[in-house]
Amino acid sequence: MPEPEAPPADGVVVEINGQEVVARRGELLIDAAERSGTYIPRFCYHERMRPVGMCRMCLVEVDTGRGPALQPSCMIECSPGMKVETESEATLKAQDGVLEFLLINHPLDCPVCDKGGECPLQDQTMAYGPGESRFLEEKRHKEKPIPISDLVLLDRERCILCDRCTRFASEVAGDPLIHFIHRGNNTEVNTFPGEPFASYFSGNTVQICPVGALTASTYRFKARPWDLETTESTCQGCSMGCRISIDSSRDRVLRYSGVDIDPVNWGWLCDKGRFSHEAVDSPERLGQPLVRAGDELVPARWADALGRAADALRGASSPSAIGVIGGARLTNEDAYAWAKLAKGVLGTDNVDAQLGDGLPAEVVLGLPRATIDQVCAPGGTVLYIGPDPKEELGVLFLRLRHAVENDGARLVEVAPRSSGISSLAKASLLARPGETGELVRALVATTAAEREIAGVPAEAVNAARTLLAGSKGPLTVVLGRPSLGEPIDSLVDAATAVVYARPDALFLPVLRRSNVNGALDMGLSPGLLPGRVSLADGRDWFAGTWPSVPVERGLDTDGILRAAADGRIDVLVLLGADPLADFPDADLAERALAGARTVIAVETLPNSSTRRADIVLAAAGFAEKAGTTTNVEGRVSTLSQRVTPPGTARPDWMLASELALRLGADLGFVDVADVLAEIGSLAPSHLGLDLALVQSSSDGVVVPLAAIDPPVVETEVAAAPEAEGATSAESDTDESDTDEAVPAEPAGPDRPELIRFAGAERPALAPVDAYSFRLVATRKMFDLGTIVQANPHLAGLAPGTVARVHPADADRLGLESGDRAVLRTARTSLTLPVHPDPGVPRGAVALVVHQADATVEELIATGDSVTEIRVETGS
Amino acid sequence: MARLTPENVTVALEIIDRYPRPKSAVIPLCHLAQEQDGHLTDEAMTHIAELVGVTSAEVLGTASFYEMFKMEPVGRYMVNICTNISCQLLGGEALLHHAEERLGIKPGQTTADGLFTIEDAECIAACTEAPCLQVNYRYFHRISHTEFDQLVDDLTAGRRDDIPPHGTLARVRQHIPPERKAGSVPPEDTSTPVWIAAAAAEEADA
Amino acid sequence: MAITDAPKIITSRIGLEDGYTLTRYVSTGGYQALRQALATTPAAIADEVKTASLLGRGGAGFPAGVKWGLAPGGVWPRYLVVNGDESEPGTYKDRILMERDPHQLIEGVLLACYAIGASQAFLYVRGEMALAQERIATALNDAYKAGYVGRNILDSDYSIDVVLTWGAGAYIVGEETALIESLEGNRGMPRLKPPFFPAAKGLYMQPTIVNNVETLSNLPWIVTNGGQAFADLGAETSRGTRMFAVSGHVQNPGVFEVEFGVTTFRDLIYAPQYAGGIKDGNQIKAFIPGGGSAPWFFEEHLDLPLEKTTVDKAGSMLGSGAIVVMDETTDAVKACLRLVRFYARESCGKCTPCREGTTWLERILQRIVEGYGRPSDLDLLMDVSDNISPGLTWPPRQTTICPLGPSATAPIASAMQRFRPEFEARITQAEEVRMSVPVELKAPSHA
Ligand SMILES: Cc1cc2nc3c(=O)[nH]c(=O)nc-3n(C[C@H](O)[C@H](O)[C@H](O)COP(=O)(O)O)c2cc1C
Ligand code: SF4
Ligand code: FES
Repeated sequence: MPEPEAPPADGVVVEINGQEVVARRGELLIDAAERSGTYIPRFCYHERMRPVGMCRMCLVEVDTGRGPALQPSCMIECSPGMKVETESEATLKAQDGVLEFLLINHPLDCPVCDKGGECPLQDQTMAYGPGESRFLEEKRHKEKPIPISDLVLLDRERCILCDRCTRFASEVAGDPLIHFIHRGNNTEVNTFPGEPFASYFSGNTVQICPVGALTASTYRFKARPWDLETTESTCQGCSMGCRISIDSSRDRVLRYSGVDIDPVNWGWLCDKGRFSHEAVDSPERLGQPLVRAGDELVPARWADALGRAADALRGASSPSAIGVIGGARLTNEDAYAWAKLAKGVLGTDNVDAQLGDGLPAEVVLGLPRATIDQVCAPGGTVLYIGPDPKEELGVLFLRLRHAVENDGARLVEVAPRSSGISSLAKASLLARPGETGELVRALVATTAAEREIAGVPAEAVNAARTLLAGSKGPLTVVLGRPSLGEPIDSLVDAATAVVYARPDALFLPVLRRSNVNGALDMGLSPGLLPGRVSLADGRDWFAGTWPSVPVERGLDTDGILRAAADGRIDVLVLLGADPLADFPDADLAERALAGARTVIAVETLPNSSTRRADIVLAAAGFAEKAGTTTNVEGRVSTLSQRVTPPGTARPDWMLASELALRLGADLGFVDVADVLAEIGSLAPSHLGLDLALVQSSSDGVVVPLAAIDPPVVETEVAAAPEAEGATSAESDTDESDTDEAVPAEPAGPDRPELIRFAGAERPALAPVDAYSFRLVATRKMFDLGTIVQANPHLAGLAPGTVARVHPADADRLGLESGDRAVLRTARTSLTLPVHPDPGVPRGAVALVVHQADATVEELIATGDSVTEIRVETGS
Repeated sequence: MARLTPENVTVALEIIDRYPRPKSAVIPLCHLAQEQDGHLTDEAMTHIAELVGVTSAEVLGTASFYEMFKMEPVGRYMVNICTNISCQLLGGEALLHHAEERLGIKPGQTTADGLFTIEDAECIAACTEAPCLQVNYRYFHRISHTEFDQLVDDLTAGRRDDIPPHGTLARVRQHIPPERKAGSVPPEDTSTPVWIAAAAAEEADA
Repeated sequence: MAITDAPKIITSRIGLEDGYTLTRYVSTGGYQALRQALATTPAAIADEVKTASLLGRGGAGFPAGVKWGLAPGGVWPRYLVVNGDESEPGTYKDRILMERDPHQLIEGVLLACYAIGASQAFLYVRGEMALAQERIATALNDAYKAGYVGRNILDSDYSIDVVLTWGAGAYIVGEETALIESLEGNRGMPRLKPPFFPAAKGLYMQPTIVNNVETLSNLPWIVTNGGQAFADLGAETSRGTRMFAVSGHVQNPGVFEVEFGVTTFRDLIYAPQYAGGIKDGNQIKAFIPGGGSAPWFFEEHLDLPLEKTTVDKAGSMLGSGAIVVMDETTDAVKACLRLVRFYARESCGKCTPCREGTTWLERILQRIVEGYGRPSDLDLLMDVSDNISPGLTWPPRQTTICPLGPSATAPIASAMQRFRPEFEARITQAEEVRMSVPVELKAPSHA
């Protein structure tokens, strides 16, 4: 039961059990009562879904002038003067009656039920229920649990028909694959024969089921609620930052559940995030360091492993002969420590947390940032240029879907292939790969398009253009990499176009990997220092605290790998990165690992790249260390330790410190809190941040803090953030004055300007080659990635890929659905079955990367603007 | 042939076109499928789902709510004997038991020759004509046991071609000639009906 | 006795062999009211209906004119839905009107839509009524061809499609909000009122007027003869004429159109021109005055007039105009079981008390009838009923969304109040049966 809150101003006064309560306009009685400290029992009602008033458990006596009558408080809006009795005799008799009715057919298998101990039905029976049963008849019998998907089982005997799972499926997820079947006393929830509940969000139904009817195959019989230990944390399945609670028992993580926070996930999780917990205690986990002895990696003592690593680093011919790739897996503290080690101690700027599959850090950090709430604002207008959220940022998809379906938000999608949100979009424009920038220019242009652009007919372009022009409130732009085949400069061009045409625009840059946003904020990117400042601007500011600051801008991952391939990299450090699997250009990654003299991998699980490393440092992973993480909107929230790491694995920040010491430098961190303290007092975008502030609410806090850097809205492109009024960083920051939380003004130079993206040169368009197709390479929620593959229950869900082409192109090539075709690029070729699909633009071939059937990555050459493919009809 | 035949797809599309929202056609289309196959097959439900743009589960959810849709094959003749109050008072139950003996099946069962299925029916709105029954939803009023036996004999001998096989309800379909069609009006069309606007206008003049 | 020679307002054609054809309809004054209406304003028609104070004939008995006024002004589109789902036990009248005088109904629909400004009408016929569907389909096809329905009706600016649609077997779909769900292609589960009063938020969440077949069949006469002529018939709140089906233990079961509000139950049940008295000269034991959902009446109620408020005050309802007569030979417990079983089978399953409670009640009664009742069962019956309809009052209070659940308790309350000894007898008799039969063989398993 939440804390009773201060009454809202424009309230409606109602009387609950003789006591006056001020409800919000249109607030449901059940909510108003709960806010004022009176909990009304319920089963079907769920605050994130439309009420149905089915279970009748929430009946209370309501008098609106016509005398008291039993009403379902979950359906009744508070009206002035309403008198409510939640404990009257009539109310209690009705509630007892409902409870008895629910129990007469409910099996008595609580002792073997996963829900036992955390079951609302059980609890309410204790609290309100009648004693022994007056029901002498045979109970309803149904076949015990039936799998309704790979992840969820359904026990129809336990089901109390509250309509929660079915409402979730149709209302929230938009996958109405489970439904009420039959009528009356024979009603049951089920799927259509042979069509499983294949929804990316199925796990939520297990969480919201008020009884043990829906259970997760990953959790069944694993534990009893009373021997669970629970901690709140933040999901690292992607960069959305969904709040979760971690349940463990006997030092093993057993379950993640969604925690309801308004700004992000509303309690929902995608199945990838929810069920990824099995990776934590995967038998594969690295529990000790490994060093290479000939062809094999053998266990070593930390002293040896770290010693060897330090020697290698010390032995590097020059700072620029050291490259550090990765960082998305790290906490903010880990990332900062490694940035400090690499840039401040080793002096190399060849550092990049991205793997060539994202956007330039200057763009990501330099655009005026929108929050998720701003993107999903009621009545708002959203220009979506990015990865399919349903596949890559599941809960962002749920938020967008809600915004469109319930809050009148209008969506314009620009993508090289239709996606999970295309059906929600007012306009979904299929842009020819490489021409996204062109199309977006036309969409924000002041004059209408006269000709087809990027393969999109002028009418369609102009319709969407009008829609964007008519946006109420700021235009929000979701910007990311819709396809690995989409050249970065085309997307940067799109951003440039919007920045100039729509100064009011706010951007949500979507980089998908866990904490990649935090890693960039912490400076794990060439040309940057922690806190969103450039090397040049930040040099003086950091010089005081850091041993040194790199002289010039270094290489990004692509550059580092090329340098390595040419033998110009002596030490390549992989910070939880697996370029062989994740870098778009697989061939380059291969040559780079061969070319680097020493490869140091800091990892939690073995992968194709660690197997090639010379030194492997075992890192503590998710749920095994405390820290903070930063989501896609710049929200910093806590990560908590729930279990101990395997063997002697250590947090990454600690490894950085120890390496530093061996190299004769002291990063100055004794524990993780020291790192955050330094971030909060030094990293310009994070000034004022400290643990108390982050922990003060499950919501975490968005940086830069308002007090430091008032968010820019509707002004022209981000005005320079001011540091004026800054005073003491140690100023205590409890809830009361968080907003005033103001940072130190360390003696010396002014706080450097946060970087701003001011637009880029317009790139040249690659001429359309009539004979070839352009590659569209997208991701699926389930693929060969580590998180998925380390989870037995998810591993099998990777769907594989086929080659999708527009039906007209298929005809042109004389290809029927299922025919195999050879796809040939400059570097190699693949043979795949073809699928005609109107959701692919003419002249493009859409493939899914990172699937078993084909290493699509091999086709991609990141150097090229677009990847041209010849489609040769097999046979 | 469990999906709808091309001819029936044409009929289905005409039916769908009569409603402001395609899903409203689900029940009529399930009847159409049952008319085609004698019962409602999974394939037909999936086909209907495609036609109206919902999931198969949604079609099943709707169809399974209603008694008349049979997901399993039933007899060529569905015999519904009313035992509700008015008929109960005048021998409805006795008639049901007689039918059970005559056909050697219990309610819900089908005779071995696949000809008859009997059901213990709820009130069929012929209360003043008790006891009564329906064969494929055609009425038989105030029916005696001997009349019942006669009926069974006639049906078995194929002497009742006025009663089509199970699944067929009305043998006449509504057809709106295009030139006479006013058109279905979806919620999005918020314009004032012409004759109302006209009347309001006159009002204003007066 | 008040047997009057009131005119036959809605059943004038049901005696005719070809009363259902367009030719016969037109030759007997059909579609004149429509022409008249088109010559005047929608408001004028609405006023006539108000003046007539025509009560809804579907069960709730709400004045049609008033209901039409409840649709929020200026909100378009709005729809008319015709409730032809007739399935209340004992009810037989809408089917007659649909099978034998479909054009009268269609004309009524056209008049209503003209008056309320409905953009489209849906005529929902009960799924089991093949002939009614066939006759209405034919009638509509003919009426469209003849220009009475569809675009620019009779060359006026009044255009509307009347869509024939039909159910598939579910009593609850007769409830107006469930009917709307069904019409949207969903499971027929009622919506909660408020907030979902059809007149404001109905079909596709638009204003929707739901009217019964008999209600609408009155409109042509009212428009032709004027609302006042209709209001001059009948008494108190019950005006015009109304159809009643008298079934059960009577000499001459049948459906009779009589003057509303003045004719008494005794008239209908005993008068030779109507039901002609109790079968085989037996005594009357009880009768249901308004369909299975209505509490039972007994001898002392025979002289009540068929008048809404009077009957309501007396503790029951005229409901759907279905009078079911039970004579002295009737087994009250079995009759009670049969009715309860109906509601248990027809519960939509949405509300816990109805879904679970009605089935529980049925199984207890079943046990009692089979000779396995226990003395405590009688109080259990009453208490379970009370948990569905608190206090077992009239009009019923309910822990459910719609009145179906509470309807299941009406026969129990009635029979137990009057014939409790019969229940007790079956239970004491049950003791003996149990002694003579090995318990484990037939006793219910104790779950
Ligand atoms: C359980 C239940 C069943 C009903 N069945 C019918 C029915 O079969 N026919 C009908 O016209 N009204 C039926 N009604 C009443 C309708 O809800 C609605 O009041 C009526 O159709 C309105 O039309 P009227 O105002 O013309 O009477 C039923 C109501 C309930 C609660
Ligand atoms: S009372 Fe019964 S029939 Fe009515 S809505 Fe509730 S469950 Fe359905
Ligand atoms: S919580 Fe209100 S009816 Fe279920």
